[in-house]
Amino acid sequence: MKIGILALQGDFAEHSATLEKLGIETRQVRLPAQLESLDGLIIPGGESTTIGKLAEDFHLIEPIQEFSKTHAIWGTCAGAIFLSKDVRRKQPLLGLMDITVERNAFGRQVESFEIEIEVSVLHEFDPQNEQPFHAVFIRAPLIESVDGTARSLASLPDGRIVAAQQGNLLATSFHPELTPDDRFHRYFLSLVSN
Amino acid sequence: MEKQVATFAVKKGLAQMLKGGVIMDVVTHEHARIAEDAGAVAVMALERVPADIREHGGVARMSDPELILQIMDAVTIPVMAKARIGHFVEAQVLEAIGVDYIDESEVLTPADEAYHINKHDFKVPFVCGCRNLGEALRRIGEGAAMIRTKGEAGTGDVVEAVRHARSVLGEIRRLQNMPEEELMGYSKDIGAPYELVLETRALGRLPVVNFAAGGLATPSDAAMMMQLGVDGVFVGSGIFKSGDPAKRAEAIVKATTHYDDPYILAEVSRNLGDPMVGRQVSAIPDAELIADRGW
Repeated sequence: MKIGILALQGDFAEHSATLEKLGIETRQVRLPAQLESLDGLIIPGGESTTIGKLAEDFHLIEPIQEFSKTHAIWGTCAGAIFLSKDVRRKQPLLGLMDITVERNAFGRQVESFEIEIEVSVLHEFDPQNEQPFHAVFIRAPLIESVDGTARSLASLPDGRIVAAQQGNLLATSFHPELTPDDRFHRYFLSLVSN
Repeated sequence: MEKQVATFAVKKGLAQMLKGGVIMDVVTHEHARIAEDAGAVAVMALERVPADIREHGGVARMSDPELILQIMDAVTIPVMAKARIGHFVEAQVLEAIGVDYIDESEVLTPADEAYHINKHDFKVPFVCGCRNLGEALRRIGEGAAMIRTKGEAGTGDVVEAVRHARSVLGEIRRLQNMPEEELMGYSKDIGAPYELVLETRALGRLPVVNFAAGGLATPSDAAMMMQLGVDGVFVGSGIFKSGDPAKRAEAIVKATTHYDDPYILAEVSRNLGDPMVGRQVSAIPDAELIADRGW
């Protein structure tokens, strides 16, 4: 199995490191031809405006949309924004997931935070591990609403949605690549295998 | 676990999200929009770019909060601002208005000739400049969550940024080959906290994100710093002191992403108009050098 990490900008090296610890081969993707023969794609955290602009300039939008028809894709933070249909402002998006996202929903950097959340799909996936998931939110977006066949996977104690899935597409507004817990990465790999 | 804010993980984490990107100096909200549209990952809000600070002389201080707030309103990307070395009250003011990162910067006139700000005291994260590994680890010891080379700001001459990046990265390579019994003596020699020396040796890199800054002016400058091994770049005067800032900004962003693809670098470097004029660092009198500020 080989997983691509969109490496236009952001914390792609952190995703690679987690996957390599799991024995998975990775490839940095900066140009459309680099999507060839990959089994799945991760869009990392970063600045969504930068990633979107570079994706547009280097003609990656359509090839990634095409890739999504047959492969799993996971976006963390900026990646989740990029996967969404609507962010209530004009910026390049893949528009693949029926989710509406609010950028910087918690405010500026001083409001960035860490918290433990319950993610039931991870418990079903890994019943041995009963720990909550330690989630890191950095100038994070919120998933305002899930529509169509998209469903919420996790929310904060106040009910606001921070992870969603639609078929083989996964979006998290936090950063599992910044913590040692690899359950989200393994869950994504299970979507890749299906 | 209750929600925790301002942990070192989230301070350092924002810098991790900026990796592979370009942080641009801007002096107006119009500049900030140009920078954001060109693909900047963050902007540094200030009253004068370093080239003008050099030109005008006088005491360089924190910018007017009104200007910084206008820039914060104009863009959705993170906004950084500079405080003078050791000026913890300027830092308190910047934290109060809600900037996303503070640069405790040698580009401004130092406010304290012995001590830097205790950056652990703040909720907002700090980036600091360095010329070598010891200086980088002292700043991290004081709480910096991101490091950059000092370079020589406002010159358009990349030579000092190269010197500082090679120094830090070369010292880390040597540290990795050092036997354990030499590490305490080495920490003492470079004036760095022992624990951070151990951590750096184990990681094979600085424990926080490390950008290049100070004198970068072209797409090739940015790509060269990336190939040397930094995580991203700051471009100060190099963009808005050039002939066509929007075009140059966009080209430097693309060059930072595709830093190891000479064909793309050639393509983005075409027809950029005049670069900033610049000043050769070796021709600048010692007293005018900025990088020596900080201890």
